[in-house]
Order: sequence, then C-alpha cells, then structure tokens
Amino acid sequence: MAVLSTPRSAVQLASQGRPVKEILFRTLLLASLALALIFLVTLLVFVLTQGWPRLDARLWENMPSIRNPEIAGAQSAIMGTLWVISLTAVFTLPTGIAAAIYLEEYADRTRWYNRVIELNIQNLAGIPSIVYGILGLGIIARTIGLGFSVITASITLGLLVLPIVIIASREAIRAVPPSIREGSLALGATQWQTIYRQVLPASVPGIATGSILALSRAIGEAAPLIMLGAVSFIRFNPDGIFASYTVLPIQIFNWISQSREGFHILAAAAIVILLVILLLMNSIAIWLRNRYQKRW
Amino acid sequence: MAAGDTATVPGTPQSLARSRPRYGEMAIKAVLMLAALVSIATTVGIVISLLEPTIRFFGEVSAVEFFTSTNWGPLFEPPHYGVLPLVSATLITTAIAIVVAVPLGLASAIYLSEYAKPRVRKFFKPVLEVLAGIPTVVFGFFALSFVTPLLRDVLPFEIEIFNALSAGLVVGFMIIPIVASLSEDAMSSVPNSLREGSFALGASRMVTSLRVVLPAAFSGIVAAVILAISRAAGETLIVYIAGGGQPNFTLDLGMAMQTMAAFIAAAGSGDVPVGTVDYDTIFAVGALLFVMTFAMNYVSARLVRKYREVYE
Repeated sequence: MAVLSTPRSAVQLASQGRPVKEILFRTLLLASLALALIFLVTLLVFVLTQGWPRLDARLWENMPSIRNPEIAGAQSAIMGTLWVISLTAVFTLPTGIAAAIYLEEYADRTRWYNRVIELNIQNLAGIPSIVYGILGLGIIARTIGLGFSVITASITLGLLVLPIVIIASREAIRAVPPSIREGSLALGATQWQTIYRQVLPASVPGIATGSILALSRAIGEAAPLIMLGAVSFIRFNPDGIFASYTVLPIQIFNWISQSREGFHILAAAAIVILLVILLLMNSIAIWLRNRYQKRW
Repeated sequence: MAAGDTATVPGTPQSLARSRPRYGEMAIKAVLMLAALVSIATTVGIVISLLEPTIRFFGEVSAVEFFTSTNWGPLFEPPHYGVLPLVSATLITTAIAIVVAVPLGLASAIYLSEYAKPRVRKFFKPVLEVLAGIPTVVFGFFALSFVTPLLRDVLPFEIEIFNALSAGLVVGFMIIPIVASLSEDAMSSVPNSLREGSFALGASRMVTSLRVVLPAAFSGIVAAVILAISRAAGETLIVYIAGGGQPNFTLDLGMAMQTMAAFIAAAGSGDVPVGTVDYDTIFAVGALLFVMTFAMNYVSARLVRKYREVYE
C-alpha cells in the first residue's frame, strides 16, 4: 500500500528509507482531525442521551418554572428567539448587503476613509461578543432608552453579526465577473440599474448563504444578552418589540445554573432543539452554496 | 468628497462619463455609504460606551491599584480593585485553549490541504464548520457536565467542580475550526510550483509540508492563531459556566477562576445600581478586554494583508 499518491518508486527515491517517519506523520495528522471529530460526536451524543427523557411536547407547550423541572418548558424562550431573530434579520440584512454593495461597487479603495471602513469591519469581526453587550447596555438600553426589550436585543445582535453579513456579501458580489457589469453598462444601464438587475441577482446564493450563517450565529449567541436583561425567568411570550423577553440560549444558561438535576436534563433537551434548528440552518446554507454557486 | 468623482463610474473612461450628474444615482450611493458607516458608528459607540464610565472609575479607584494589586473583590466590603486575577485567569484559559487548538487545528489543516483527496476535503470542511456553529452555551454545558467529571475520574490529582482546566480545554476545541480553516486557506494558496520544486529535489511529502508549505504560509497561519487567541480571550459563556466565578490569583489549573469576560457577564447580569463604582467596574474591565483584543485583531489584520501581497 503506497503511503502517498505519488508513484511508489518516487517515494522511495525521495525518502531514502524514511517511510516509517512518513507514515507516522500522516497518522498523526489524521489522529488530530479525528480527535476534533470525536469531540464533536461525543458532544452531540452526550446532549442527546442527557436530554432524551425530556424531549417531548412539554418543552414547547409549557412555560418556564423555577420550582418544578417536571412541568417546565421553554415556550417563551422559543417565541422570544423567533421575535429577536426576525427583528435582527430585518435590521442587519439590508444594512449589511447595502454596505457590501457600497464597498465592492462604489468605494474608491485609494481613499483613506474607505480603507478605514474596511479595516474597521475586520476588527469588529474579532471583538468579543460580551463587549457588544456593553454597547447594548450603555448606548442602546440606557442612552437611547430602549430598555431591556426585544428591540435592544435585536439591534445588539444585529450589530454583532453585521461584519459576517458584509464580508460574505462582498465575496458573493466580487465573484460576479466584470464582463457582466461591462455588458450592462455598455447597453446604457446606469450603475445602480446594473447592480440591481445584474450583479445582485447573480450574487443572491452567496449572500443568502452568508446571511443564514450570520443569523444562526445570532441565534446561538447568549453572552451579550446576559447583559441586556434576558436572564430572569419569563413566563409570557413577547407581544411587541418593547416587551421583555428571553431566548433559548439564555433559558439553557439559566437551567444550567440551577443546582437541581432535573433542570440539567431540561437544559440538555433544550440544547437538542437549539442544535436541530442550527444544524438545519447550516445545512441549508451549505446546500445553497453547493447547489447555486455559479461557475462563470 | 468631490462632486466630480461621483459622476465618474470607476473603470469608465473619462470621455464616456456623463457630464450631467444623476441625482438619483448619487442618492443611492449616499444611502449605501450610510450603511457602510453603521460599522464605524458601532466602533465609535463601543468606545463611547466604554470611555465615560471607565474615566469615572479611574476617578474613584487608583490606576496603580487596578493594574498591580492581586486582590479582586469589587462587590465586597471593603472593595478591592486589583484586576490581575482576572487578567491571569484570562491568560491561563487562553493559553490552555491555544495549546489544544494550535497543534490539532494546524495538523488538521496540513492534512486537509496537503494530504486529503478533494472528496475527503469536501466532506471534512463542512463538518468542521458544524463544530464552529455550535453555540458556546452548549460547549459550556458540555464542559461542566461531561468534561469536568471525566477529568475528575481520570486525573491523578484533585480538581474542583469549577476549574480553569476543563474550561480552557473546551475553549480550545471550540477554536479549532478557526485555526484549521484559516490555516488551510493560507496553505492552499501557496502556489503548486513550490511543492513541485520541493518534490523534484527529492523531498518527501512530510518534508515538503513542514519545510516548504508551512513557512510559505507562515504569516497567514500566525494571523489565524492570533485571531484564535483573541476569540479565546473574549470567550464568555464557557469560562463563566465551567470556570466558576471566583477570582483566584493562582497557577493551579484545578481551581476555579474568573476571567475578564466572565466577570463582565456575572456583574452585568446582577442588579448593580447605575452610577455606582460597581457599575463602572464592568466598563473598566470591558475597556481593558476591548483594548487587548483590538490590538490583537489589528496585528492579525495587518499580517493577513501583508501575506496576501506575497502570492497574487
């Protein structure tokens, strides 16, 4: 069995009696990848077996309870997640895509302010999410005065994932070849007509993929919301953008912090629901990317 | 910006450009630019929200105590404001995470880029992306209720229920995808001619990977590692759930520790009255964390730009 894809004789020439080292190295590499995957599989199996006893309708039909883990559910958290994530999408997708169009199609890269915007977006992508919680607390909740509400959470999460939307959309727009634009411009279309009718439709799959990945990041993100009043047990569904709220990751965090075993089982069950939602979204994103990615 | 350059479409020869400005087009450009400026506003907002309370904080507490004292207890009576236990806990959990993530991530990247067949790579890359998509609260739960009990069974010495070791290990696994996928990108963009040259000189695949591809992709890999460090340093929920809430100034990995991010989350979720020193403390620690991660991100972004110029 040849170790490498190069012909066997070439390998022998190259390694001069060192194939053992080669095999060891290759095994080491594979083992590293395998370890990361084993970790992933263990995690999934562990949560599933832990949460199994509570994976039933009680979870989405009942409201949270501090006293009784047997009847507690996560309905308000599921509804809260839907509210927060829809508003996040409403806020962050148009802004992110518009910013990406500006940077790719209009911005003159030799200007200092455009370079500042680019560097700034790269930096924002690496700022810890808890710092966004401070931004939400200091500016959005207190200074602007939106309080601890669905809208504060949505804007904060929207700003948090905005760099992801911008970076992904820019890549999708950049992948559209210049000849498409030149053809459109040559036929007399204005620049905006070219973008709106040619470039954007062609880059929709890439933009959609990035948007879904960004929103799935926002669904799982809990750290900034801890700062934004999503911690107490909420026994009602949000009824508007200024309502109090809780979301699934926060509800899970709450249950983990409880000392009773029943709540930990509940947390595992809620984690399974959260992971199913996220895996579904990520699979759709990856499928979109593979299915609709055009080769020009 | 000059009015003249808005009428000129980039890439359009001057003679073909319209002489009369289109106001609708200009308005659209202005709106799009406004959207791009939201990102600047975010940074400005973060700086403003951190700056004012931080200045107030240092009006009450001496900077010397903040940066040199090893006693952290802002909510105790009398309060202590030495931030070193939080900083050391952050560095320790980050160091553990990096020790886990860099070898495993880098090895995975070398395998995917240099050894794996395209079909194998196409399968493993999304799987790693799945690992990256798991919420940190889930990792935290896993650390507390699976990894810690496992470590307590396996390790020859005692560790507490909340400890830095298990938090750091799990953070490490969380950031493997960052190291792996960014390093893989850096290594795949090394031109094939370098590999072929190395093979032609009689080098084996291992030697080519380690002595040719790795050095050629080095700045990209360093950038990936720096980004991973900054993610690990800012990670909140895993270290909050599994690391515990006690600010211990110690090197004992089996003990509970509180990182900067975990403190911010813990204090921010409590009912700290606005306008008190306690409230400002959250922002002072936040400012320190922001400055540290911002500096790392900046270096990383510069490195990525520099490395991109090498092969185009």
